[in-house]
Amino acid sequence: MQQENAAKFCAGCGYSVILMILNQVLAAQNVQDKAVMGLDIGCSLLGWNYLPINTFQTHHGRVVPTMLGYKRAKKDSISVAVVGDGGAYAIGWQSLFYAARRDEPITVIVVNNSVYAMTGGQTAPTTVCGQKTDTHPAGSREESFYGPEILKTIVKPGAYLARSAANDPKGIFAALEKAVQTQKAGHFSLVEILSFCPTNWRTTGKATFDYLENLKKIYKIGEV
Amino acid sequence: MQNNKKLATGHEAVVEACFDAGAKMMYGYPITPTTEVFTGWIKKGGDYLQTEDEIAAGFAVCGGVIAGQKAFTATAGPGHVLMQDALSMAEGMRLPFVAIIGQRGGPSSGTVIYSQQEVTLACFGGNGEGLRLVYSPATIEELYSLTRTAFNSAWKYQYPTIVLSDGYLLKSRGVFEADKTIENVESYPLVKEGQQKHWRNIFTFEEELNEEVVRNKKDWESIKNEVVRSENYQTEDAEILLVAHGIVGGAAKDAVNELRKNGQKVGLFRPITLRPFANEAFDKIAMRVKKIVIVESSLGQLAQIVRAEMAPEISTPIDYIQYPGLGIEAEKIVEYFK
Repeated sequence: MQQENAAKFCAGCGYSVILMILNQVLAAQNVQDKAVMGLDIGCSLLGWNYLPINTFQTHHGRVVPTMLGYKRAKKDSISVAVVGDGGAYAIGWQSLFYAARRDEPITVIVVNNSVYAMTGGQTAPTTVCGQKTDTHPAGSREESFYGPEILKTIVKPGAYLARSAANDPKGIFAALEKAVQTQKAGHFSLVEILSFCPTNWRTTGKATFDYLENLKKIYKIGEV
Repeated sequence: MQNNKKLATGHEAVVEACFDAGAKMMYGYPITPTTEVFTGWIKKGGDYLQTEDEIAAGFAVCGGVIAGQKAFTATAGPGHVLMQDALSMAEGMRLPFVAIIGQRGGPSSGTVIYSQQEVTLACFGGNGEGLRLVYSPATIEELYSLTRTAFNSAWKYQYPTIVLSDGYLLKSRGVFEADKTIENVESYPLVKEGQQKHWRNIFTFEEELNEEVVRNKKDWESIKNEVVRSENYQTEDAEILLVAHGIVGGAAKDAVNELRKNGQKVGLFRPITLRPFANEAFDKIAMRVKKIVIVESSLGQLAQIVRAEMAPEISTPIDYIQYPGLGIEAEKIVEYFK
C-alpha cells in the first residue's frame, strides 16, 4: 500500500488525498489486485500512474460506460470510474444516469470542485449560482446540480449514493468503503467528493478551506 | 465433408459469424439497417446490453475488450458517427474493437437502407490517422467469412476493425456456405489482474504522442501485407479496369460478363479491404490498362482512397460512375460503355 509516483496535481488540489484514501480502502479490503481504476479526461487523468493498482486513462466524458463494460466482462473485478463534475454531470451525464438506472455494479467517484479545472476554470454543472467563471464572467445563472440527489430518484434498492469532502479523510474512507462493499454486493455506487481547486478558485490558505466549507453548505454531506 | 450450405439473410450470416468467432458480448442501440444484427444475436441467446446510445455501446465494448472479452457492436449512419468517439479511443489504445456497420444514406439521417457513403468515416473517422482495418463484403458468404476474419484480425493485430456493409446486403436472402474451417484467434486481457499496469491515453509532451502514433503506423505497415485482400476479375487482358467494392463490386462483376459478351475487354479490381488498401495488387493492373473507372454509391469516397493509394508514376486516366445513395445495378455500368 504505497504511492507509486509523485503527484502531478496542482498544489492544494484534493485529488491526491482522494486517490490515496481510495487506495487505502482497496488495501483494507484486500482487493488492490482485483481493482481497476478508469480515469476520465480532466484533472482525473493525472492519476494514471499514482496508485499501485491497474489504472488506465479513458476518453473525454466516457469513463462510466468503459468501466461498466470492463465490469460486465470481468465480474470479480472492482471497477472504479474516477471522473470530475463536468465529465460526470455534463458530457457524461447520459451514460452515468443510465448506468445508475440499470444498477451497474461499478463505483463512480465524482470529484466536484465546482469548475472545469483542467481547461482553466469554466462553468460546470456544479458551479454555484452567481459564481464567476471564464465562460460566465458576470456569474453563473444556473442553479446548482445535485448529482447524487437526482440519481436517488432512479436507482434500485441496494445502490449507494453519498457525498463527502476532501477535508474529511475519515468521511471519504467510510463512504468509499461502503461504495466498494456495495459493488461487491452487485449494486451501483457513487460517491461525490467536494474538492479543493485553489488554482481556479484563485484562493490561498484559509480562503481555500472557507471556499470548500461554503460548498458544503450548498451540497449536503452524507449518504443521499 | 460437412455441408454448411443454408438459406439465410445477411443479418443471419453476420450473427452466425459472431457466434462462431467466439464473441461473448454485444452492446447495441437499435438503428436501421443493423437492428436485426442486434435482435438476431439476442434471439440466438447472446449476452447483450441495449445501451442508451451508440456512444455508451462503443465505450462498453472498449471496457469489455480491455478485460479480455470478445465484445462487439453494430450500427449505421448517424450511429456510426457517434461510434467514432469510441473508435477513436480504440485506435489510440490499440483495442481489438469490432464493429459491424450497415451503411445507409447520408448526410445526417439521410435514408435508412443503403449507400456507400460511410467509407471515409469507417476508414478515417475520428481525430486520428485511420489506423483501422476495414472489410467490405460483396456477398452473404463474404459477410460471414469477413466477420470471422474481422474478429481474428482485431485480436491478432489490435486495431479497431470494421465490417462495412449496407442494408441491401444485410437484408437480402440467399444460399450461402459458411466457411467453418476458419480458426479463431483467442482473446486475452489487455490489463491482467494484479499487473499494476499504468496505461496512458493522453500525453503531456508532443514528442510522446508522436512516438506512439509513429509506432502504431509502423506496426500497421508491417502487418499490411498479411491483412490486405482484393479480387481481380477478368483483369489479365483488360483494357478498361472497373474498381468497385461491396455489393457494387458484385454488380460490376456482372457488368464485366455482359460487356465481354460484346467483346469489350473490361476487368474488375474489387478491394475487399478498404483499409489497408491492396495498392500493390492494384498498381500491377492499373499501370497496364488504358483506363480506370471507379464505380460507387457515393460522390467519390472510394475514388479518394484509390487516387491516394495508386503509385504516383501511374498516369492511367481515371473516370467515375457515381450515384450517391443509390443502388448500382450491372445495367447502369453497362450503360456507361454505350
